[in-house]
Amino acid sequence: MSVIKSVRTIAVAAILLSHTAVATEFEYSGKVGVEQRHFVDDSQYTNQFDDTQLSFLVNPELYWQWNDGDDSVTFQPFYRYDSQDDERTHFDIRELSYLHVGDDWELKAGIRKEYWGVTEFQHLVDVINQTDGVDSFDGEQKLGQQMVNVSLVKDWGIVDLYLLPGFRERTFSGEEGRLRGPLTVDNNNVSYESSAGENHLDFAARWTHSMGDFDVGAYWFHGTNRDPQLTATQEGEQQLLRQYYNQMEQLGFDLQATKGDFLWKFETIFRSTSDEDFWATQAGFEYTHVGIFDSAADLGLLLEHSWDSRGEGDDNSAGAAMQNDLFFGSRIALNDIQSTELLLGIGTDLQHSATMFMVEASRRLGESFKASLDVRILQSSDSQEALYYLRNDDHLGLTLEWYF
Amino acid sequence: MKLKTKIKAALATLTLTTTITLASFSAVAVEADTNAEVKGKQIFTEVKRRDIGWGNSKADMQMILSNKHGQKSIREIKIKTLEQQNDGDKSLTVFNKPRDVKGTAFLSYSHTTGADDQWLYMPALKRVKRISSRNKSGPFMGSEFAFEDFSSFELNKYRYNFLGEEQLDGKDCFKVEQFPVDENSGYTRRVVWVDKQEYREQKVEFYDRKNALLKTLTFGGYKQFIGNFWRAQSMNMVNHQNGKSTELKWLNYAFDTGLTEKDFNRNALKRKN
Repeated sequence: MSVIKSVRTIAVAAILLSHTAVATEFEYSGKVGVEQRHFVDDSQYTNQFDDTQLSFLVNPELYWQWNDGDDSVTFQPFYRYDSQDDERTHFDIRELSYLHVGDDWELKAGIRKEYWGVTEFQHLVDVINQTDGVDSFDGEQKLGQQMVNVSLVKDWGIVDLYLLPGFRERTFSGEEGRLRGPLTVDNNNVSYESSAGENHLDFAARWTHSMGDFDVGAYWFHGTNRDPQLTATQEGEQQLLRQYYNQMEQLGFDLQATKGDFLWKFETIFRSTSDEDFWATQAGFEYTHVGIFDSAADLGLLLEHSWDSRGEGDDNSAGAAMQNDLFFGSRIALNDIQSTELLLGIGTDLQHSATMFMVEASRRLGESFKASLDVRILQSSDSQEALYYLRNDDHLGLTLEWYF
Repeated sequence: MKLKTKIKAALATLTLTTTITLASFSAVAVEADTNAEVKGKQIFTEVKRRDIGWGNSKADMQMILSNKHGQKSIREIKIKTLEQQNDGDKSLTVFNKPRDVKGTAFLSYSHTTGADDQWLYMPALKRVKRISSRNKSGPFMGSEFAFEDFSSFELNKYRYNFLGEEQLDGKDCFKVEQFPVDENSGYTRRVVWVDKQEYREQKVEFYDRKNALLKTLTFGGYKQFIGNFWRAQSMNMVNHQNGKSTELKWLNYAFDTGLTEKDFNRNALKRKN
């Protein structure tokens, strides 16, 4: 009886509260999914699994807003369970942040994701969030980053200022996992150049603007390098890779020119660390042919080139992974009710033997399911290339997701 | 009857100029064509004139896609629009259903002349991408509506030809042909029925690039807002070539909603409300 009574009291209080105080609107959505990844060849290194890996993911999003949407809170946790790789079983808060919208400014505080850039095959200028290396092979999944961001909207563009307290270490495949080199990465004993370690306060300022057909962005970033240096060390019986994060200053610039059926894209960065200074660029175009063969389908063609001033690696330096690489892609969107899409891509190093072939396809099933297929074929006969160590990791992934 | 006077005056001026400049040509046929063009344009000048001053609006749109077997699929979309003084409207479109594209947003600055500016926001990657507005003939979300069917009406986007007067469901209508000026349009022409009483579009026929009848759009449930502005509560697009159809239902139309420029900048694409 008393339980019913107190439930009733709470319900009445809640109703009163929601009517008298600020009118808060709540909304939830998200997805759960199951993924099966099949590796064509047997594993190359000891303790790695063979054949298939099954995983489940849960990624809900809770959203509250009040003051007619001028204030809001978003919470988006993420969890993946993996049947083979303990490191791929992981939890992350992708977003837990507060947003206030002013007349010509915005304040965002909390854990967030921020994407910068325009190119498709490499995301050079995108620097705020750490890569979630275990979650997807293409590096497009990112870990949430703590930040305070003030965005100022001016006639001459949008200026974003970021304070980034705290750093996230990259995630790597575990001992049982595929898609890794011969040595596993140690998640402990991580070291930093800054004496503040993972608590270094990073800072970034970015300006973006649209001028006619041109969309430009430029930024300065000061803080912990998101790319770790990995050094082999002996730990008892075992050899491991230790992560070391240095400090960096980075200038970045990105440009897209939207000219008719062509999107011309350019990204460049200049990075300065205590070890080295370098430039890198990613440049290319995306062309879309609307309505191929008198159908509703679109055909897109993508071409991009990567360049890096560090050049190819040798015995003394690691060099750059993408120092002179060419990418070609073809995207077909059927524009049907199920939003069927197919992307074929190939990336190849013009100086070395290293080629990656990829297929990404997806289709909605009914109203709220989506099926996707991912294929990666990795080839290299050059032991200087990172891909050489993944040459047995050709795989095919099938994902089924339910959206709510 | 003010309008009639206006049309007459305009026609008189135009007849005069054409007679002078084309004096030595067979002026009669040209005059007839020009008259029809001027009258067609006059009608749409009035359509546009009656829709000036609405300011801003919010609405929820439900799209019901049906194939020829009667199977249905539903899309839910929120649309905010801001009228511009000397340019095309700004609009922000946010998807709610299907759920896998929830949060996907589309920002459009339409222009009275030249290509529109458009950006797309993909929530999974948190990425804002400027997209080409050349893709106007492509289907919108797998529906029978093309992107260009949603862009704001601007007088200079068409050439006109007045075809006559016709009754449609008991309403006296003008029947006007519109020829898109933009060569990227998926249509050679549109035939539009506008009621004489309130200058509202009642029906549109779309002819494809081969000039064959492609689609028919009918408007229903017109409702007047803030004392002036008529908005259809339903629009039904039937594709005669593939047997599919799409019905739009407009819900929760609201005007004077306090929307300003801040709700239509690139930051607004990423917001969820």
